[in-house]
Amino acid sequence: MKQIKVLGSGCKKCTKTAELINKLALEKGVSVNVTKETDPQVIMAYGVMSTPAVVVDEQLVHSGSIPHTEQIQAWLSEG
Amino acid sequence: MFAIFTQLADWLTYSILNFSPDSKLGDAVHFFIEDVTKIFALLIVMIYFIALLRASLNIERVRDYLSGKNRGVGYLLGSGFGAITPFCSCSSIPVFLGFTSAGIPLGITMSFLLTSPLINEVAILLLMSLLGWKFTLLYVAIGICVGTIGGFFLDSIKAERWLQSFAAKALAQGQQKDQLQHEDTPVVMPVVMPVVMPFLERHQFAKDETFEIFGRVWKWVIIGVGLGAALHGFVPDGWIEQYLGAGQWWSVPAAVLLGIPLYSNATGVIPVMESLIINGLPIGTTLAFCMSTVAASFPEFILLKQVMQWRLLATVFFLLLVSFTVVGWLFNAFSSFL
Repeated sequence: MKQIKVLGSGCKKCTKTAELINKLALEKGVSVNVTKETDPQVIMAYGVMSTPAVVVDEQLVHSGSIPHTEQIQAWLSEG
Repeated sequence: MFAIFTQLADWLTYSILNFSPDSKLGDAVHFFIEDVTKIFALLIVMIYFIALLRASLNIERVRDYLSGKNRGVGYLLGSGFGAITPFCSCSSIPVFLGFTSAGIPLGITMSFLLTSPLINEVAILLLMSLLGWKFTLLYVAIGICVGTIGGFFLDSIKAERWLQSFAAKALAQGQQKDQLQHEDTPVVMPVVMPVVMPFLERHQFAKDETFEIFGRVWKWVIIGVGLGAALHGFVPDGWIEQYLGAGQWWSVPAAVLLGIPLYSNATGVIPVMESLIINGLPIGTTLAFCMSTVAASFPEFILLKQVMQWRLLATVFFLLLVSFTVVGWLFNAFSSFL
């Protein structure tokens, strides 16, 4: 199962990002565990400055916006 | 160039909606239609073109550029980048920590964060179209000054003592790393170089930005212009001038205090500024009120509490209060020379 973290202070865009990932994973039939990380210390540890950011299996793959559908699909089909 | 919006508002208000040009209500409706259509058209066109230009400027590169700059120019640069770098206010904590852990002094980081909400492309655009270029230049200059002086002041009182402990630790580690790097490689400085970005990518970025920003600000424009129109149509002529004119010194700090709980962004408040000035509120009082509405807000302060202790928060708060009041007084005193 893929561990996906959405980093962000809990603003609307972060919630949307998490929802979008869940929705696409469901469509593709990929099992994921999406969690939201709002702790500023943790966000800092990933070196992220613009949120929402996405971490897939501890790998930072995106930051600064709601990711596009194609991007998310690419992360989901890897590995 | 903007006359077309006046004509559109004339036509809609007086011919289609049948308001009398002499009525207060007709006046307010006209003001509303003219400003909303003008602002919407400008926003869509200009956000797109500005985003095309700054597609390759991002916060990571600003950080790399600012780290290791000497303090003298650092505050000014921090403030300047705060004006041109876009970021959503929900990112201010990650940005704060990102700068801090790169060893950038607290003052320079704060210069960036103080100027950022005050000046952005949408604000400049609105000011230009509603209040003219002279006022816009003035506004930008003051915004940069407040950021620069604020940052300088915070460093000179060693305000980093009052960071939350994890943030202070990150700063200390970052500065150590910075120092080592400078000893090893004294000449190599990170430089913000224009990255070559293919046009299609730029276009995609600009399109996303336009949708994103417009989607976020359109309701503020409606609210701001609506308030402005109400002021315009219903506050009796001369009332503001009589009660809140330049003669009353206390009106400036009062305006600043009033602006703090009223939280808005620059987009919502600029149409109100226009209306206040037309109605005779002195320019300094208007500026003071609007800057305090935009820059100091409770939600923002609550967020900052995560990285700052109360003393630092209170210091920043009073710093803003005092600087906006001084700005207001100065402009009221010198407005006759403008």
